[in-house]
Amino acid sequence: MLDIDCAKVTAVLEESIREIVFHRLRKKGAVVGLSGGIDSSVTAAICGRALGKDRVFGIMMPENDSSGDSLNLARLLADVLGIKTTVEDIGPTLEVLGCYQRRDDAIRKVIPEYGHGWKSKIVLPNLVESSQYAIYSVVAQSPSGEMKKVRLTAEAYLEVVAATNFKQRIRKTLEYHHAERLWYAVAGTPNRQEYAQGFFVKNGDGSADFKPIAHLYKTQVYQLGGYLGVPEEILRRPPTTDTYSLEQSQEEFYFALPLDQMDLCLYGKNNGVAPDEVATAVGLSTEKVQRVFAMIDSKLHSTRYLHLPPQLIEPVSEVDVTH
Amino acid sequence: MQQLEQEVRQFIIDNFVFENGNGSFSNEDSFLETGLVDSMSIMTLVEFVKEKYAISIEDEELVPDHWDSVSRIASFVQSRRGLVEASQQNVADGA
Repeated sequence: MLDIDCAKVTAVLEESIREIVFHRLRKKGAVVGLSGGIDSSVTAAICGRALGKDRVFGIMMPENDSSGDSLNLARLLADVLGIKTTVEDIGPTLEVLGCYQRRDDAIRKVIPEYGHGWKSKIVLPNLVESSQYAIYSVVAQSPSGEMKKVRLTAEAYLEVVAATNFKQRIRKTLEYHHAERLWYAVAGTPNRQEYAQGFFVKNGDGSADFKPIAHLYKTQVYQLGGYLGVPEEILRRPPTTDTYSLEQSQEEFYFALPLDQMDLCLYGKNNGVAPDEVATAVGLSTEKVQRVFAMIDSKLHSTRYLHLPPQLIEPVSEVDVTH
Repeated sequence: MQQLEQEVRQFIIDNFVFENGNGSFSNEDSFLETGLVDSMSIMTLVEFVKEKYAISIEDEELVPDHWDSVSRIASFVQSRRGLVEASQQNVADGA
């Protein structure tokens, strides 16, 4: 169902990227934020093939909570692709903005003893196995290794997310800085699951001049990665948010299903496949697939505003925002 | 029970119904189907109920069966209050 002809897809992507960057946007190249993950790796690889490797600039932006793997894998990719890069440590900037302090203050609203030396992440309940609402809990680990899991209040949840979203927004600020000095376009790196389900930060990783893989399902991105020569270490790396100090999978933070199952559910729903057929393909019960379908609809609805442009009172007819 | 429903209903009108809505929904209307209360709003509703009625709410109880309408919430609170009162009575009898 989700298998693609990588050669054909790559050819279409290359031509489209050239059309967009050189002709529509009139830019000389592309900037890509490199996380060491599959999506940014494939984006950088395909931009290199489309525009020429000398016209792609990669930026690695670690911070205090980043996994060391992220930087190492991003460097490995850059070496393989032969693209120029820079490393911008955004930890000090985030500290000045109070990103970590604000996040920790919010967690202390539910875990008063949370402090220096603690680690944390926020997680959802298992939304496929039960009909529970998507209400987040914080999982925290003390310096001595003790684990605590506490449900977040609405206030604490919003404050944690608002604080950690500084990370994506500062990264995007740097991408645009380099894009402007180079006269390049900023490439966004979401795949279809992320783009469609609103798994991005408004004016953070949600902001870009073009998003070349936003229409591709995650498993298709992996297929392309193999075809384009993305290093094995990146292909094998489990998707992570790399946002919290405790390792957090994208599944427990947002998608509630392993990525290959979510891909099939999303594909099935998008193409009018009946839940029981999807259930057979995915290996879940029909009831669980129906629950996933409802979750997809709910996310489409609740994250719609992330896709909206600024709302005007009256149209400004002389501005063409289509192309 | 009627008072419970009225209090929950008023909280929803005050916090989730915009544009000075007069709350044109019934106590039986499903929040999920009408889109009146989303998962973010449920979090706020849960905290209101916890504080106002002094009951604890387990994660497993955060399901539409208990929270998807005004009347379901009122029933849930009623039953939890009943459990709390019964356990307090057991403690008193034991003393």
